Amino acid sequence: MNPTYDVIVVGAGHAGSEAAAAAANLGSRVLLITMDMTKIAQMSCNPAMGGIAKGQIIRELDALGGYSGVVTDQSMIQFRMLNRSKGPAMWSPRAQCDRMKFSRKWREQLERIPNLDFWQDKVERLLIKNDTVYGVVTDLGISFHGKTVIVTAGTFLNGLMHIGSTQIEGGRAGEAAAKGLSGQLLAHGFETGRMKTGTPARIDGRTIDYSQLREQPGDDKPGQFSFMPLEGVLEHERSCYITFTDRNVHGILEKGFDQSPMFNGTIDSIGPRYCPSIEDKIVTFSERNSHQLFLEPEGEHTVECYLNGFSSSLPWEVQYEGIRNLPGFENAKIFRPGYAIEYDYFSPTQLQYTMETKKISNLFLAGQVNGTTGYEEAGAQGIIAGINAHQKVNDLQEFILNRDQAYIGVLIDDLITKGVDEPYRMFTSRAEYRLMLRQDNADVRLTELSYNLGLASQYRYDLLTGKVQHRDHVLSFIRQHSTSPEEINPLLKNLDTSEIKQKRKLVDILLRPQVNIYQLIEHVPGLHSIYERLPGRRDEIMEAAEILIKYSGYIDREKEIAGKLNRLEHLRIGPDFNYDKLQSLSFEARQKLNRVKPRTIGQASRISGVSPSDISVLLIHFGR
Amino acid sequence: MTNETIVAISSPQGSGAIAVIRADGDDVFTVVNRLFLPAGQKGDVANLTPRKVHFGQIVDGEQTVDEVLVVAFHAPHSYTGNHMVEISCHGSRYIQQKILQLLIDRGGQAAQAGEFTMRAFQNGKMDLAQAEGVADLIASTSRASHKLAMQQMRGGFSAQISTLREKLLHFISLIELELDFSEEDVEFADRTQLKQLLEEVDGLIHKLLNSFTLGNAMKNGFPVAIAGNTNVGKSTLLNRLLNEEKAIVTDIAGTTRDVIEDVINIEGVEFRFIDTAGIRDTREKIEAMGIERTFNQIDKAHIILLLVDATQPHEAVRETIQKVEKRIRDTGKKLLVLLNKVDQVKDEQALEETEQAIGQELACDDQWLRISAKTGENIEGLISYLLDAVNYSALEQNEIMVTNVRHYEALKRASEAMDRARQGLDSGLSSDLFAMDVRQVLHYLGEITGEITTDEILGNIFANFCIGK
Repeated sequence: MNPTYDVIVVGAGHAGSEAAAAAANLGSRVLLITMDMTKIAQMSCNPAMGGIAKGQIIRELDALGGYSGVVTDQSMIQFRMLNRSKGPAMWSPRAQCDRMKFSRKWREQLERIPNLDFWQDKVERLLIKNDTVYGVVTDLGISFHGKTVIVTAGTFLNGLMHIGSTQIEGGRAGEAAAKGLSGQLLAHGFETGRMKTGTPARIDGRTIDYSQLREQPGDDKPGQFSFMPLEGVLEHERSCYITFTDRNVHGILEKGFDQSPMFNGTIDSIGPRYCPSIEDKIVTFSERNSHQLFLEPEGEHTVECYLNGFSSSLPWEVQYEGIRNLPGFENAKIFRPGYAIEYDYFSPTQLQYTMETKKISNLFLAGQVNGTTGYEEAGAQGIIAGINAHQKVNDLQEFILNRDQAYIGVLIDDLITKGVDEPYRMFTSRAEYRLMLRQDNADVRLTELSYNLGLASQYRYDLLTGKVQHRDHVLSFIRQHSTSPEEINPLLKNLDTSEIKQKRKLVDILLRPQVNIYQLIEHVPGLHSIYERLPGRRDEIMEAAEILIKYSGYIDREKEIAGKLNRLEHLRIGPDFNYDKLQSLSFEARQKLNRVKPRTIGQASRISGVSPSDISVLLIHFGR
Repeated sequence: MTNETIVAISSPQGSGAIAVIRADGDDVFTVVNRLFLPAGQKGDVANLTPRKVHFGQIVDGEQTVDEVLVVAFHAPHSYTGNHMVEISCHGSRYIQQKILQLLIDRGGQAAQAGEFTMRAFQNGKMDLAQAEGVADLIASTSRASHKLAMQQMRGGFSAQISTLREKLLHFISLIELELDFSEEDVEFADRTQLKQLLEEVDGLIHKLLNSFTLGNAMKNGFPVAIAGNTNVGKSTLLNRLLNEEKAIVTDIAGTTRDVIEDVINIEGVEFRFIDTAGIRDTREKIEAMGIERTFNQIDKAHIILLLVDATQPHEAVRETIQKVEKRIRDTGKKLLVLLNKVDQVKDEQALEETEQAIGQELACDDQWLRISAKTGENIEGLISYLLDAVNYSALEQNEIMVTNVRHYEALKRASEAMDRARQGLDSGLSSDLFAMDVRQVLHYLGEITGEITTDEILGNIFANFCIGK
């Protein structure tokens, strides 16, 4: 007889792995069910983590005690900090990873958690009684009972792959689809929709003439994703390579358009506009003579490469001919063609902030199944679902991040409030508190919250408090130290900014746009000795102090602007309120409000179709 | 929670004998202080005896706008439970709007529909049943006023707004493109391009902003000053136009010492006629003040009807016209010289000579007309001139677009944020920082242009730039 688990996690992708780890680390008895133990946290698309806005999410996951950051660090083969030329809120870490090592490292992390069990099988249906889930039944006919179930089915629900006119059922190349779950939830009244995404061909790196491609190396001073110091990061570094399509290649691909499921009507589900297939790019931007492609290595030692930018569902011969006509690819061989995949998703407006469904108690949904894309977005939902499943089982308070606390908060609020009409990806422009939600301060924002839950470790918490202490020490020195003309004028002169005539506070010098903290360390002996005495993470601490000084004015303004909206976030609405009672609301607002059941008036104000005058009505009703 | 200062005209729309303007908020006394001078004392509004009436002036810099009565209420002893000020002013719509505009310029915000009631409710001054009644009212009135606003949108206005919206969307898209898609193989806007676009947006905002005064004129009556030497028949003309005896008409020169305004509707166009004291040189002090006021009124009017007496010698006529011409030169105001009392002149040749003299003094596009205010002779001619002048003005300017004080406020705040964005751009600030100012512009203009959402910005980026490596 199987034990009753606290949390059963269905699927071991990025969402499932983070969910299982979080719940188990909090103390729940967790069962992780996956169809294939060798595919844990598989990177099904490109072998890279992070990027703009996404890198910030991984830092947040790490700060909360998730594993995506650590695993990325342990498996990366290239690190770049994107947007370095912009302000610090825009700095975004991105890493190329060894795909196989990434999966292996994740599995190692999970296997280290004692109260986490594994089962390799496919979940056929959920056990549901009185609109409450209490377990799952697998393909092998085995039942597992669980107090909560987290479904992270990714693209596997009724997954259908397209390569030209060939259609294959499956969730990923070579892997079976899951068919039962969607139907069952549909029968319970869940709204589902169909989405589409795609992936490019994989190339044999031995067949490429790299001399015709432009090399894109990693940063000279690579950073890492985790706030914790790690050993053996980036031992084998590899570059990416850039090439371009041309009119000739476009012409070759166009020959296959009538066989493309995208154009002949076979696929009519919605794909992401920010990640179009190569055929989409050719059609939509027909005036362009070429499109940029990135050849990304798949690992430390493998010859397999990922041709980023060449996602396609054209017949494989057409793809192949197109690839062979790229400069440097004349003799290219491919391991497999690109394909498009259609899959079921559940409209995320059916979820609560905890990721629990409104319709079925104790059932949580996380990841791509909610209409998002990206490993990072999936992992973020996973950790929140995992934490909240644990909290629910133990009758503890919900764990919710607000829009001013984390990109994870923005992500979940957007999903459940607005729903999705294309695969949802995070962008910094979605955050109204962009200057606050930086990668450098994710630990300051989140680690204490997670530590109080019991998820972030003591070690992690001590690292944070140490960092904050040292940072504050640096801050108070910069604010109090008066620098003399003799000390600082050589630097100011060098930087072509006006020299000082009498002693000035160091903070006033640092506020000048031309000056950075490293220059001050060089010229101000007092600061230099503080820097030298820092026990570790010196640059991180100095930069944290610098950012706080240089951008505090802007951050205050951002708080002020967004704070006006924030007032409404504290005005709660009961979950069972019937909006039909408020006849003063417009018809559309009543419909939408009944559907979303917002938790606060702030959330209500973000629902499309709810006007300011509707908000006035709600304020009067709930406002006091 | 802080309460910003909100202001609104609380008496019924339109002109009456007096009007009440209400202001509410934590800083309301400071805001009102910036435009109210209590009579006979220097005191602060905050120090006025609460709930007692105080006489004083509303001033715009040096200029007195109106004499008013002010009552200060201290929290929690007020309608809303916050600090409040009530200003009773004269009832002309021009004055009401002017005071409201001043309050907004000095730190207030136009109140949303029902906002005072909302505050009263939040401070426990009302029970739920009362408040729900108000909620119904708010919902229906704000929908109605939105409808009204839509109806108000004349062709030119909506075209301008959609251009503004388009340019703003384009501008913010270029900035967000640079931030969220810096890794993409697309062409990013350089600073010169951004700056040019910013100037274009700013230009549009200013055009709308400047149109407020003129637009307000359209809405509250097209201002027409009736000027002329004392006893030339200004009040008689006004009465003729009004068909009622509102102005005091006597034969004693200088009877009309105060400025009297009246709005009359001629063929659907509202004219606000301003009868002025004379513009005769005088040593009498009160009269002299009246004359200065006359010129102030002329400054505010778009059309000036200058009456001259057909029975007087040319020289006097010339002198009067010269004075007014000097005052309005290069202001774009229209001047119509009315040769009044023609019924009393039998000598046609004399009249023609006077007309000749008038013609010599007038700027080329100004005109003159013979009338008799007393008998009504050629009053139709005057009326058709007025209608032509308004139509011409509207056509020529084609920019009477902003008539709503809330829109004015939004534009004003947007333009301030725009200034900060420009400074940021000039000083080489990174785009994530000045994007914040641009976001603020979007926020303020939302009510006018319709909200520009992140989804729309992203959509615009995806439509115009090939994203997706």
